[in-house]
Amino acid sequence: MSHSPNKEHWLVRPRTIRWLWIVFSGVLALTVLMQIVIKVKGYFGVDGWFGFGAAFGFLVCVAMVLVAKVLGRFLKRDEHFYDD
Amino acid sequence: MIDMWPPALVPLLGALLIGVTRGFPRAAVLLVTSLGTLWAVWQVPDGVMMTINFLDFQIEPVEGSPVRRLFATVFALMIGVGSLYAFRQARGLELAASYAYAGGAIGVAFAGDLITLFVFWEAMAIFSTVIVWCGDTPMARRAGMRYALMHVIGGVILMVGIVGVTVQTGSIDVQAMRATDFATWMILTGVLVNTAAPPVSAWLADAYPEATATGAVFLSAFTTKAAVLALILLFPGEPVLIGVGLYMVFYGIIYALLENDARRILAYSIVNQVGFMVCAIGIGTQLALNGAAAHAFAHIVYKGLLFMSAGVVLYRTGKRKCTDLGGLFRTMPLTCLCGVIGALSISSFPLTSGFTTKSLISEAAMTEGLAVVYFLLAAASAGVFLHAGIKFPWFVFFQKDSGLRPKDAPWNMAAAMVLFAGLCIFLGVFPQPLYRLLPFPVDYDAYSPGKVLFYLQLLLFSGLAFFLLLPAMKRTLTITLDVDWLWRACFPRLGAGFFAIAAAGKGAVERHTRRRLDTIQAWVHRLWGGEGVFARSWPIGTTAIWIAVLLSCYVLIYYL
Repeated sequence: MSHSPNKEHWLVRPRTIRWLWIVFSGVLALTVLMQIVIKVKGYFGVDGWFGFGAAFGFLVCVAMVLVAKVLGRFLKRDEHFYDD
Repeated sequence: MIDMWPPALVPLLGALLIGVTRGFPRAAVLLVTSLGTLWAVWQVPDGVMMTINFLDFQIEPVEGSPVRRLFATVFALMIGVGSLYAFRQARGLELAASYAYAGGAIGVAFAGDLITLFVFWEAMAIFSTVIVWCGDTPMARRAGMRYALMHVIGGVILMVGIVGVTVQTGSIDVQAMRATDFATWMILTGVLVNTAAPPVSAWLADAYPEATATGAVFLSAFTTKAAVLALILLFPGEPVLIGVGLYMVFYGIIYALLENDARRILAYSIVNQVGFMVCAIGIGTQLALNGAAAHAFAHIVYKGLLFMSAGVVLYRTGKRKCTDLGGLFRTMPLTCLCGVIGALSISSFPLTSGFTTKSLISEAAMTEGLAVVYFLLAAASAGVFLHAGIKFPWFVFFQKDSGLRPKDAPWNMAAAMVLFAGLCIFLGVFPQPLYRLLPFPVDYDAYSPGKVLFYLQLLLFSGLAFFLLLPAMKRTLTITLDVDWLWRACFPRLGAGFFAIAAAGKGAVERHTRRRLDTIQAWVHRLWGGEGVFARSWPIGTTAIWIAVLLSCYVLIYYL
C-alpha cells in the first residue's frame, strides 16, 4: 500500500520525525544537565558521578544488543526448525 | 476446626457453573464469582482458620497473613478483569479452566501446610495445561504436552522434597527453611521449576504464546507468581536465589531481544521480571521481601495489560510476528496507548507502578551493600526498557506501515485494558495503598528527586541506544535455540538413532540366525531326509547282523 507524503499520518511524516528527534535530544540533554541542580546520591561512589545514569544506561544497552547479536549467530534457527 | 472455608472454593465453584451456563447467565456467574472471590479473600484474618485431621497429619487449608492476602487479592483482581476481557470472545472451556486455575493459585496463597500447597499446585498445572490446549492448533497441543510434562516433573520433585522434609522434621507446616539437605533442595527445585528458573526457563516462552488471545492473559498471572509467593514463604533470604534471579533477569532480556514473536517477547519478559522478584527473595530483608511482593502485584497488572494489548492485536489481525505487524497505532489508538502504558510500567518509568515497586528491590540491594547486585539490577532496568518498554510497542504499533488497518478493541477488551492501565498509573502516582498491604511496614519515598533523575537518565539513554541500534535489531524470521532443544530435538534424534541401530542389529542377527538354521536344516535333511542315512530301508541281513552284535555286547557286559 503506497501513500503520498501528504496523506501519510502526521506522526510518520519525515518532518514530524525530525522534530521528535530534536525534542528527544533536548530532553536527553536536560536530564543530564538537571544533575547540576538536583544531586543524585551516589550509594557506591560512581553512581553519583555527573551523567553516570545516562552513560551507564546507554553503554549497558549497547553491550546487551551486541551480546544478543553474537549469541544470535549461534542460537538463531529458521522458525520452522522444530516443525515435524 | 472450621472457622472459614477456603476462598479457593469460590472460583472453583464458578468454574463448574461456567460449564453449565451460556450467554447472560454465564456473564452473571463471572461477575458474581470474581467479586465473591475478592470478598472471600478479604474475609481471611491472620492465622490458621481451618484444620482437618488426615492420616496423622493436621491439614491447614486456610492460613491468613498480609503477604498471602496480597497475592490472593491480585489473583482475584486478575480473574475479575481477565474475565471482563475474555467473556465475549473466549470459549466456555477456557473460561472454566481459567477460574479453576485461579482457584489453584488462591489455594496455594492460603495453604498453611505442604500437602494443601501440593494439591493446589498440581491443580494449577492441570488447568493451565487445559488453557494452553484451548489454543487449538497442532503447535498448541504439542506445546501443551511439553508444558504438562515439565510441570509433572516439577511436581514430582516438589513431592519428593515434601515427603523428605515431613519424614525428617515430622512437620508439614509451610514455614521458612534453608536449602541445606536433599529434601529442602528438592522443594526449592520444585518451586523454582514454576518460576521458570534456569535451566528450564524455556517452558514459559514455549507454552504461553500458543494459547488464545484471551488464554495468555490468564496464564501470564498465576503460575510464576504463586511460585514467587511460595519462595517468600519457604525460602526468604536463601542466598542461591540472588544468582538464580540475576540469571533470569538477563536471560529474559537477551532472548526477548532475539525474538520475532510479539507474545514470546512478553513471555521472555515474564522470566525477566520474575527474576527481579527471585533476586529480592534471595536478599531476604524486610525491604527486599516487601519489594518482591509489591513488584509481583504490579507485575500481574501490567503484564496482564501487555498480554491484553497483544491479545487484541492477535484477535483483530490473526498475527503475532513483529515482521508481519507495524503501524497499527493508526487504527488501534486505544490498544496502542494501553500497550505503551503497560510497556512504561514494566520499564519502571516514573509515575507508573513498576517504578514504585521495583525501586524497593534496588533500594534493598543498596541498603545491604550489595554493589554488584545493585548495578546489575540497574543494568537490567535499562535492558527491560530496551526489550519490552520500547521494542514491544515499537515493532507492533509503529516501525513500518504493515498495511494492516484492523478495528480497535471490542468494548469489553477495551474496558479491561483501561482498568488495568488506570491501575498502573494509580499505583505509580499513589503507591501508599499498595505499600499498606505489604507484609512489613514501609518507610520509603520512591520519588526523591535524585532517584527520579537517575532512573530518567538510565531509561531515556537506553531509549537512545535502542533507536541508534535499530538496524542491528532488524527482525528476522527465526527462533532462538534454548535448553528445550535437548528434549525437542536432541533426545528425539538420539532416540531415533538408537532405534535405527537397534533395527540394523536386529536385521543382522536375523540374517545370521537364518543362515545357521538353514545349515542345521540341510544337515538334518541329509541324515534323516528321504535319502538320508537314517531314513534308508536297510536289507534284512544287515539288521540281523546288528541284532547279533548288540546281543553279543549285552552277553559280554552281563558276563563281566
